[in-house]
Amino acid sequence: MIKTVGLRKSFGHNEVLHGIDATINPHEVVVVVGPSGSGKSTFLRCLNLLEKPTAGEIYFDGQLITAPGVNVNEIRREMGMVFQSFNLFPHLTVLDNIALAPKIVRHVSKDEAEETARDLLRKVGIADKESAYPQELSGGQQQRVAIARALAMKPMAMLFDEPTSALDPEMIGEVLDVMKALAVEGMTMVVVSHEMGFAREVADRVLFMDAGLIVEEGPPAQVLGDPKNPRTKAFLGKVL
Amino acid sequence: MALDFSIIPGIMPALLAGAKMTIELAVISVAIGFVIGSLVGIARVSQNRALRVIAGIYVDFIRGTPLLVQLFLVYFGLPTLIGRPVPPFIAAISAMGINSGAYVAEIVRAGIQSIDRGQTEAARSLGLTSSQTMQYIIFPQAFRRIIPPLGNEFIAMLKDSSLVSVIALEDLLRKGQVVITRTFRPFEVYTVVALIYLVMTFVISKLVSWSERKLKAVGQID
Repeated sequence: MIKTVGLRKSFGHNEVLHGIDATINPHEVVVVVGPSGSGKSTFLRCLNLLEKPTAGEIYFDGQLITAPGVNVNEIRREMGMVFQSFNLFPHLTVLDNIALAPKIVRHVSKDEAEETARDLLRKVGIADKESAYPQELSGGQQQRVAIARALAMKPMAMLFDEPTSALDPEMIGEVLDVMKALAVEGMTMVVVSHEMGFAREVADRVLFMDAGLIVEEGPPAQVLGDPKNPRTKAFLGKVL
Repeated sequence: MALDFSIIPGIMPALLAGAKMTIELAVISVAIGFVIGSLVGIARVSQNRALRVIAGIYVDFIRGTPLLVQLFLVYFGLPTLIGRPVPPFIAAISAMGINSGAYVAEIVRAGIQSIDRGQTEAARSLGLTSSQTMQYIIFPQAFRRIIPPLGNEFIAMLKDSSLVSVIALEDLLRKGQVVITRTFRPFEVYTVVALIYLVMTFVISKLVSWSERKLKAVGQID
């Protein structure tokens, strides 16, 4: 579904991705772990071209999306993105946050968009909050709305950029539960996270990144349970 | 000569007519300024370099030259170019509207830049184009933040509109001057004129803070 070949990204003279080759298969849940500054968020943000890669190729659903002339808006609507800081639209109600993009990007009717939005709110467990504004919700609720907002576009894949890092500990579980349910339904997911429990339980594959490279990858039991690379070992020794 | 405020009732109708003209001028000018300023303000943060440069030149030119000179350019200068006179009212709202546009543009630019980058990223990652993002996400949020400075701009325009008295437009100040030629009471008349300006600006500043609170109540992070 998503494939990167020799993906590089520099900010000024500072190269943060030194050539990433990764493949994410349909219906696969891939969790990207690694120390902060290892480039994992940049890698994720390159996948939907929020960051423009400096070199290398990204294929999405068979299409080379780093080619010149590709309509990035058409690509992005097929890839939902969830941010660490939620980034809900503060001037819109919860329902409008979710229904806006389907209406103006997919030209879905208002009624249909709102019906879908309500279904999604039920799914993420906050059906009673549709007319609230984001700032009236807890962090966990806001992040669940953000997931619903991304799902409303009926994307082919979902990208999560440290979705629980800004949450109070007691709210992390409710967000991870929604993500687990999504994984069970077969959504293709790329998750940058420090939640080792989630990785172990839900991931089909774990990518360990360090200093702008994928150092080790494989099933969670192997990468997290029996790491081969010394840098993976050192990192896991600190976080586990 | 002793002060004589007994003339006030007799001069009020004329002064209030002038005040009405002053308000009209300010409202229309700021409305024009808002349209120009929104477009130019958005152009100032555009990804298109040419747009940014042109918008920047406009803002610098207008803010770097006196409004009175701009007014003379339109009222006295433009007719020689187009071969027919420009009516005073049209000249006034054109010059003031174009002037206000530059100041509003800076207000709009600052408002847009104050919106968190995550808002743009969230909108773009949902597949919105950059202009849809501006229209549905960024501008509505920026608008709430620019209401107070916009109110200040309106107050400034209301006061600066007194400059149009020099092109014989019957605004509040001009009416005052006319009344003085009849009553020979400049101190009393200018005092009343000043007080009328004060009442107008005071009411507007109250309206602005009221609308600010109102908009804050309707879902707004700050």
